[in-house]
Formats: sequence, C-alpha cells, structure tokens
Amino acid sequence: MVNRLFNLIRVGDEPSAPRSRLLELAHCLLALALLSGGFTYAFSQFDYQWNWRVLAEYQPLLWRGWWTTVALSLAALCLSVLIGMVVALALLSRLPVLRYLARIYVEMVRGTPLLVQILICFYVFANAVGIQDRYLVGIMTLSLFSGAYVTEIFRAGMESVGRSQWESARAIGLTPAQTYRYVVFPQALRQTLPPLAGQFVSLIKDSSLLSYISIRELTFAAQSVTSLTYSSLEVYLPLALGYLVLTLPISLWTQALERRVHFHT
Amino acid sequence: MQLRVDKITKRFGAQLALNEISLGLDHCRTLALIGPSGGGKSTLLRVLAGLEYPDSGTLEIDRQEISFREEALNRHRRSVGVVFQAFNLFPHLTALGNLTLPLEKVQGISREEADARARAVLGQVKLLEHANKRPAELSGGQRQRVAIARALVIRPRFLLLDEPTSALDPEMTAEVLDMIKDLREQDHDFVLVTHEMGFARQVADQVAVIAEGRLVESGPAEALFANPAEAFTRRFLARILRY
Repeated sequence: MVNRLFNLIRVGDEPSAPRSRLLELAHCLLALALLSGGFTYAFSQFDYQWNWRVLAEYQPLLWRGWWTTVALSLAALCLSVLIGMVVALALLSRLPVLRYLARIYVEMVRGTPLLVQILICFYVFANAVGIQDRYLVGIMTLSLFSGAYVTEIFRAGMESVGRSQWESARAIGLTPAQTYRYVVFPQALRQTLPPLAGQFVSLIKDSSLLSYISIRELTFAAQSVTSLTYSSLEVYLPLALGYLVLTLPISLWTQALERRVHFHT
Repeated sequence: MQLRVDKITKRFGAQLALNEISLGLDHCRTLALIGPSGGGKSTLLRVLAGLEYPDSGTLEIDRQEISFREEALNRHRRSVGVVFQAFNLFPHLTALGNLTLPLEKVQGISREEADARARAVLGQVKLLEHANKRPAELSGGQRQRVAIARALVIRPRFLLLDEPTSALDPEMTAEVLDMIKDLREQDHDFVLVTHEMGFARQVADQVAVIAEGRLVESGPAEALFANPAEAFTRRFLARILRY
C-alpha cells in the first residue's frame, strides 16, 4: 500500500510533464474543479446576505490601504536587504563580539512572534528614542524582523561558495576584499535570489500585522470597512486577492529562478 | 628556474605533511614530483605556489628568498601560475572572464588589452571558439585547458600543476598532457605533481620522489626512472607500473 503511494512520486530528476499537453490541461482543470467544488460547498453552507455595494462604496479606502501595503513592503524590503548584508558579514567576522551580536539578533528575532516584536518596538523602543511616526516604526520593525531571515539567506549563500574558489582567488593574487567583490558575492547572489524572493512573499503578508498599531495598510482598511458596515466577506475576499496579486508573481518568478541557478566549476 | 627548499616543515594539526624537506636544483626546466598519495608532494607544490605558510624552513626561487608574510606571499603568487586538480575555474564567469579577471584586477591592465591578451592565449590552447562559454558548458578537458590558460595569461615565471589530469578520463587526459608538452616546447618552466609516470618520464628533466613528508631521492628523469638509487623508489615504480 505504502509502496503503491510512493509510485506516484517522481524519482530524482525524472521529468514531471505527463504524456501530452492536452492531458496536462485536463489535470489542471481537474485540480481547479476539485478546489472550486470545495469552496462552493463551504460557502453554500454559510448563510450569508451578500452586499457587494459596500465594496463599491468603500473602494477608495481599500485602494489607499493596498498602496500603503505596497509602499511599506517595498521600504521594508530594501531595508531588510541592507540589514541582512551587514549582519551576514558580522556573522562571518573575525571579531567574536560582532559574531555574538549578530547571532543573538538573528535568534531573538526568529524565535519570537512578529506581533510581539511590533508591540514591544512600538510601545517601548520607539517611545524610548522618541520616534512618533508609527509608519516609521512599522517599517523599521518589519525590516528588523525580515532582516534576520535575510541574514541567514545571505550567510548560507556566501558559505555555499566553496573553499576551492577562495583558493583559486588567492592563487591568482586577489586580495580578500577583491575575492568577496569579484568571486564570492556574484556567486552567492545567484544562490540567494530564490530564497530571497520567498522571503519577500512572507514580508508582504507579514505587513498585515502592522494593523495592530493602527497603520492604515490593506488589512487595517478592510477591518475599518467591516466595522463600519458589518459586511465582512465582501471585504475579506478582495483583501485576500489584494495580497495574492502581489505575492503570486514573486512566487512564480522564484520558481523560474530556481530552475536556472545550478552550475558547476 | 633555480629552486632551493631548505628544511621546510608543515603540519596540519597532528599530521606532519612535510618533515624538514630539502631539495636543491640549480637549473631545472621541468620538475616532476612523484610519490605515494598523501606523501606530501601536493603540499610541497602549494608551498612553492605561496598557498601554504610553512611552520619552519626557507624557500629560495631564482636566487631570491621567499618571505612567508602574507604581503610578500601575495606578490609571489601573482608571479606564478597554478593549475589545480579540480580546475577551480570561476563558474559565474565565461572562459574569457576567467582569464581577464587576474589581468584587470590584479595586474591593473585595461579591459581592451586584457581582452586581447586573453583571446590570444585562448587561441593558443585552441579554445577561442569557446571564449564566451561558462565552465559548466565545457568538457572536463576543455575546463582544464581554460585553467591552464588562466595560469599562463599572467605571463608567470613558471607554472605549478597539481595533478592536472587526475579528475579526467583517459581521452581528456591525453588532450591535457599534449597541451602541457606543447608548453614545454614553448619554453615554459613548470613543476608538476603527477601520477602519470610515462608522462613524467617524457616531459620532466628532473624528478623528485617524495614520501612521508621527506625527499626520498631526486635526479635527472631518465636516470631516476631507469635506475633508481633507493629501494623505496624501485618498489614504488614497480607497484605503479604493474598495470
């Protein structure tokens, strides 16, 4: 029985394409039909008065929220890459104090919930240093959170560049700085792009938690509309769609990247 | 080249890779280092390449003592060409890019000139048509030829080849050995670590047998292969030439 099940799983790099394009299309449609069947059943069991006029009426508010989400995510994305680079280098530093600082930062951030970090940053740290702008606090918290994951991605990328590469760089007389610049970084970048793109998908979704400190991003806008109109699904479904149009292209791009990154010395 | 290795010792942890090894050659075009695996010949080659810091001893090349401080060693590395067993090309660069990187970044040569010089050397190793391919698109023999071209393009004082054919199948081995023979005829000096005894006998004028971190014996290739002085060398050659 178990053996039978495993027969359905591909082995190694056996090609995934079934016999013909037509058959592939049929499988795809079947998958969609199964899923939409499930959804239709769930929604039909749900006794609900649809009121789509709400959406038309509050559309501007939702759009503004969507753009805020895009802007917050973009800003946090750039900052987290910057943080990731600096902290990854600190992790590889010769100075133990830098390594410990970096390691503690990464483990603290990865080991605690983002919501807790947002609340602590907003109510304690931002208050202590006198930052009033909640958007700034939001972007910084999100960047620090995402930066810890980006750090690990960069570290893994740099460590994936083998000893033999350092050796040939040394043999041709490159200095350590030149070796990083011309040999390690270009190769590490290729290794890190797919996981980095995946991290950005998470970042976009995680930005929804900023609604807890009243940042008017997409989720906050949706919550405002439901509390004003008492209609929830007409808002939550577009809400999901609003995130999906941002994350899905990145996800597809990631998959394309993953197919391209492999090469040998 | 002139070479004087004097009582060089190199440890890796508890393991003694080179044990006060000494070797003097006043004039040598091609030196082959042979001996059993793990005997220290690759480590000696890496010391000559400036890639290892010996624990003690001195090294003199062309009547100049090599200082084992990083700065001086880096200057030394820039003057010699090294070829590794596993090619060690830069996978993100094309064949041409692998050659121009040391020229542009280490020697500070302009892009146009580096490009012209790299193309000339690629032509010499008959790989000009593959100049814009990445290592992954080349065969093993072609990769090793690019690696040799990368070592040559800097116009080194001499070449150091560390088992350049050990990772290749027989056909590609012949391709690379032919090329090394050509280099010898073009008056390039080199030191070669190899397990190809027939080849060592053909191209080397001096041979050093190294085992357990020490020099067993050294001498002119023809004489050493025909009539080894040491029983160890006789046994080693008999073992390796049996098949």
